[in-house]
Amino acid sequence: MSQDHDHHHHDHDHSELSETELRVRALETILTEKGYVEPAALDAIIQAYETKIGPHNGARVVAKAWTDPAFKTALLQDGSKAIGTLGHVSRVGDHLVVVENTPERHNMVVCTLCSCYPWEMLGLPPVWYKAAPYRSRAVKDPRGVLADFGVALPKDIEIRVWDSTAETRFLVLPMRPAGTEGWSEEQLAELVTRDSMIGTGFPRTPGAPS
Amino acid sequence: MNGVHDMGGMDGFGKVEPEPNEPMFHEEWESRVLAMVRAMGAAGAFNIDTSRFYRETLPPHVYLSSSYYKKWFLGLEEMLIDKGYLTREEVAAGHAMQPAKALKHGKFDRANVERIMVRGKFGRPAPAPAKFKIGDRVRARNIHPATHTRLPRYVRGHVGVVELNHGCHVFPDTAAMELGENPQWLYTVVFEGRDLWGEDGDPTLKVSIDAFEPYLEPA
Repeated sequence: MSQDHDHHHHDHDHSELSETELRVRALETILTEKGYVEPAALDAIIQAYETKIGPHNGARVVAKAWTDPAFKTALLQDGSKAIGTLGHVSRVGDHLVVVENTPERHNMVVCTLCSCYPWEMLGLPPVWYKAAPYRSRAVKDPRGVLADFGVALPKDIEIRVWDSTAETRFLVLPMRPAGTEGWSEEQLAELVTRDSMIGTGFPRTPGAPS
Repeated sequence: MNGVHDMGGMDGFGKVEPEPNEPMFHEEWESRVLAMVRAMGAAGAFNIDTSRFYRETLPPHVYLSSSYYKKWFLGLEEMLIDKGYLTREEVAAGHAMQPAKALKHGKFDRANVERIMVRGKFGRPAPAPAKFKIGDRVRARNIHPATHTRLPRYVRGHVGVVELNHGCHVFPDTAAMELGENPQWLYTVVFEGRDLWGEDGDPTLKVSIDAFEPYLEPA
């Protein structure tokens, strides 16, 4: 119940609008009146973000890499180029670097300066990725950060943090879970979580609740 | 600039708090802000580096206490005023009062939506050969530009190793100030955790940044 009370309802009664909502509406009105943007084009942008991008794209890429060694080699060589050959994944921009987790090395991605993130592969970043606790601690105490996610790594495994300080974007290729021999790409893709491609989690294991 | 946005290594911000089943937007206005930023950028009102710089120049207390899309909104409004696309009077009135300023790529309409769903291209032809090669030891220069830079404070003065060469890219430091693309070689440089954080640092940690050539010197 308390959740319902706390949740903000999008009322069209102006008295219910926050100051920020009013300011955002005013700005859109000005941009529209001046002929800079078409509101329907803004709607279309939002709809595209809501429907076209998301971690399902990255999951397909990971599952393909798990089942196709030649694709995996190409992916680690040049992520953008390799993904460009997959028709079913939305187009990806330049400079995507795919980094592979191994038993010796765990990779984790951050943007300490803002919020750089591989949108086409993972969708829009979650709030925690853009917020101060993650951005400040990921480069100094990544094991502490992982503990916040309930993730523990072996004590002596190398942990490599990639700070996305330029227009390169990083996608983690997690290790394929044991017990998935013979699985199809589609089945494997179901195991790939968003966080496993950021490096703050692992893929689901077969049989575990999703 | 040495702003609060440059957060790598700061203490005291508390635990990371993932939100289960997080919605794409928490408020409808957030989606409008995202769309306006993408549309006005694509129309040519500003480049991505300039938009980052305007968020970084928000007063520190505002930056730290504003939600992500609130920062985007505040940065957008200030940037459009500074660049002459709207006036403070218009913002106060909530309506257009002045003639529009021409946009480099024209009005953003529905026909433009498709092209912005793929990231822009930042690679450029090389104006000069690369100064560093993979495996070279380099020091992140001890520089403190007061304007936009992508060299985080926590690596300045430290020695790392060049691991990847990404070719020449638009240089954010000049692009943000509208001083040109000034393409520079871009490298992934990897640092030992203990070099950055001292004896108490995690001995299993390595951290890399992507560094433009002017950020580096031979070590």
